[in-house]
Amino acid sequence: MRNWTHEVVRMTDIHKSFGSVHALKGVKLQVHAGEVHALVGENGAGKSTLIKTLMGVHQKDQGEIYIEGKEVTVQDPIHAGNLGLGCVYQDVTIARHLTVGENFFLGKLPKKKGLVDWDTVYRETGKTLDGLNIQVNPRAVVKNLSVAQQEMVVIAKTVHQDCKLVVFDEPTALLANEEVDELFKIIDTLKNKGIAVIYISHRLEEIFQICDTITVFKDGAWVNTVETAATDEDQLIAMMVGRTIEDMYSIEHCEPGEVVLDVKGLTRKGAFENINLTLHKSEVLGMFGLVGSGRTEIMRAVFGADSYEEGTIELFGKEVKITSPRDAIRLGIGLLPEDRKEQGLSLATSVKENINLATYDRIMDRGLINLRKESAVAKKYVKDLLIKTPSIEQKVKNLSGGNQQKVVIGKWLNRDSRIFIFDEPTVGIDVGAKREIFRLFEKILEAGNSIVLISSYLPEAMGISDRLVVIHEGKKMDTLMRDEFEEERILRLASGIKSLVEE
Amino acid sequence: MTDATMKKEQIKPGFLDKINAFRNRYSESTLLGILIVFVIFMSFASDRFLTLSNISNLLRSTSIVGVAAVGMTFVIISAGIDLSIGSVLGLSGVIAAMLMTSGVPIFLSILGAMVCGTVVGVIQGWVIHKGSVPPFIATLAGMMIIRGGVMLITGANMISGLPKSFRSFATAEFLGLPAVFFIWVAVLLLGAFIAKYTKFGRNVYAIGSNEEAARLSGINIQKNIVMVYGFCAFTASIAGVLFLIRLGNGLPSAGTGYEMDAVAAAVVGGASLMGAEGSILGTFLGAIIIAMIRNGGNLLGINSFILNIIVGSLIVVAVLLDQKSKKQGK
Repeated sequence: MRNWTHEVVRMTDIHKSFGSVHALKGVKLQVHAGEVHALVGENGAGKSTLIKTLMGVHQKDQGEIYIEGKEVTVQDPIHAGNLGLGCVYQDVTIARHLTVGENFFLGKLPKKKGLVDWDTVYRETGKTLDGLNIQVNPRAVVKNLSVAQQEMVVIAKTVHQDCKLVVFDEPTALLANEEVDELFKIIDTLKNKGIAVIYISHRLEEIFQICDTITVFKDGAWVNTVETAATDEDQLIAMMVGRTIEDMYSIEHCEPGEVVLDVKGLTRKGAFENINLTLHKSEVLGMFGLVGSGRTEIMRAVFGADSYEEGTIELFGKEVKITSPRDAIRLGIGLLPEDRKEQGLSLATSVKENINLATYDRIMDRGLINLRKESAVAKKYVKDLLIKTPSIEQKVKNLSGGNQQKVVIGKWLNRDSRIFIFDEPTVGIDVGAKREIFRLFEKILEAGNSIVLISSYLPEAMGISDRLVVIHEGKKMDTLMRDEFEEERILRLASGIKSLVEE
Repeated sequence: MTDATMKKEQIKPGFLDKINAFRNRYSESTLLGILIVFVIFMSFASDRFLTLSNISNLLRSTSIVGVAAVGMTFVIISAGIDLSIGSVLGLSGVIAAMLMTSGVPIFLSILGAMVCGTVVGVIQGWVIHKGSVPPFIATLAGMMIIRGGVMLITGANMISGLPKSFRSFATAEFLGLPAVFFIWVAVLLLGAFIAKYTKFGRNVYAIGSNEEAARLSGINIQKNIVMVYGFCAFTASIAGVLFLIRLGNGLPSAGTGYEMDAVAAAVVGGASLMGAEGSILGTFLGAIIIAMIRNGGNLLGINSFILNIIVGSLIVVAVLLDQKSKKQGK
């Protein structure tokens, strides 16, 4: 192990139970100044619980926490802040209608003669942002910033309070590739300032890119702490899931059949232009592009969720007019939207109702819902898709991300959809659940149905797709066949560079 | 899965399903418990409480707002609110009275009043969806416009001279209880049936939970929103006719403030203004509990201002308890 000189946080033998669930079973973690320490494991492995224990959100049942060698009991998140511990949570927590400066000083606005001292607010905020090389105006209203900028603001705000340690919990889930690079620059800056960083991510490639040390958790227990240079992805996955996965991103491909979807000249001004696509039977068509390139908008238009101005859509050889999701669904298209919580699921209702949501017509007897059929259908999909839920009456908001995603898939399988549009299906989902979702892809293809996979994650897009359409600023750059997939080429196209010659 | 195994699963609900169903019903059983405790307490505190005439009175006065609360519950489940139902109630009563006094048969007059009321609700639903006007604003405007209209067509005068056979229903009884209570029960059953057995019922919950997800699942949002406000106005119109029966005269200001009583019943009964939560049984219990507090308080000679404070506190406590049980459930 490399010799780190200054220990910032040490946690030893931490235990934590919630009722009968033993969430942490004597785990340990040690992080040093200037170290970027990755915490990996499947969902439910205990990463978040450990961080919440450190941040004072939960109280440990047993064990010790040392900050710079001194034992402490972290009472609550405010206490954690005073101790120099900061955490950037997965969901961006910031007041969207206020300015960046106001957010920085939220709850502690400086005053001069009883009035808010705005000059100080914006000057100090500006200083902090400059110190981290973040190009954001302190006077800008947060909601007018891009998601990436908002995240940068949250990071800066966290660091702002004399931090010794910053935790990043899935920081890149919502970021496009070039924005991830920005984030990594900031992490580098923190590292150079001697701040300790804990980095939680499902994206192993990122971990290999920026982390010095990796600690692996499984089922609430510590498995190993290794130096990044001394391990590789396969080893790591093996430690995380307790079995080897040769290749995360591969599926059985079928022989693609005839054209089922033919989109010609699809245009909506300002969003996408003259898009031509074909999708074959039993094929996965990948759609790759940076966030905001228009991939989602194109497929939402095909699904009827948004409008388009020009172009034609042919389905199974017949030209169709799709003006609403209802039309698309009737014609056999299902959409798994980008944001499952905001668009995909009715969170406050049960698994049963979500699975039946698009199909109530089919389980009606004389105009009334047949409750037995409703339950039977839900049970069938819970069983077939291995949805982990205590019962079909469980509210969907209580399920994990992977299981929520399976509920959405179940809804479309139940509707006998022929074309499945998956928009970022594996964002924020652990390794095991990803595999299960890809297994479902295989089933869909075997049954002679087709998939459009929108992904901003290149290994996934390359591994799963039969063909890959690359989109840049609303225009189709190219369609690549599987044997033409090359990381560099795809990234070039996605950045708007047609060929090497043009450069 | 084969048909045989499907059948097996249909017949035998899982143990966990039962527990969960019980948990889902938990909030209602709490209300039922509160109700029973209250009844026992009151029957000791006042010997007039548990008499047939007092109970009849209580049911008679609660039934009207209770009928309107059924529609309100659906609106709240859809994550909306309808502030116009008091005015719709007034409108339907006045229209029925005007039709009757001008010689239209009783049945047709009632039908006419209900159609008018429902159409008003449908229009509001349409404005809310098509114009993306927040329900609070649209129905606040509706409340003022409709009430203004009622005052205008009546000249703010009471309409008297209703047929005797119509008025006699006010005192009609069945099994010793007021007939109006049975109409309330019928509307409650209709509401519970719609929530459980119709696609519309399921759609209202889905829309209340997440409108965008519902739309992307192929639910016709406009149709369902229009229907939910139409249904709410429909139940308010029934309440309007019941009010007319009770009073015996068409009162232009009838139903003023009823919208808030209906919201209170639904909220005490476990409905959430955030949508997707609430049940007809809960609303029924909520309405009864509020009515009993008022009635019991009166019998015990408690100042009605204090009773208002108690009912207000009950609403807050109901929501607090609900939030707490939700957090524990996590």
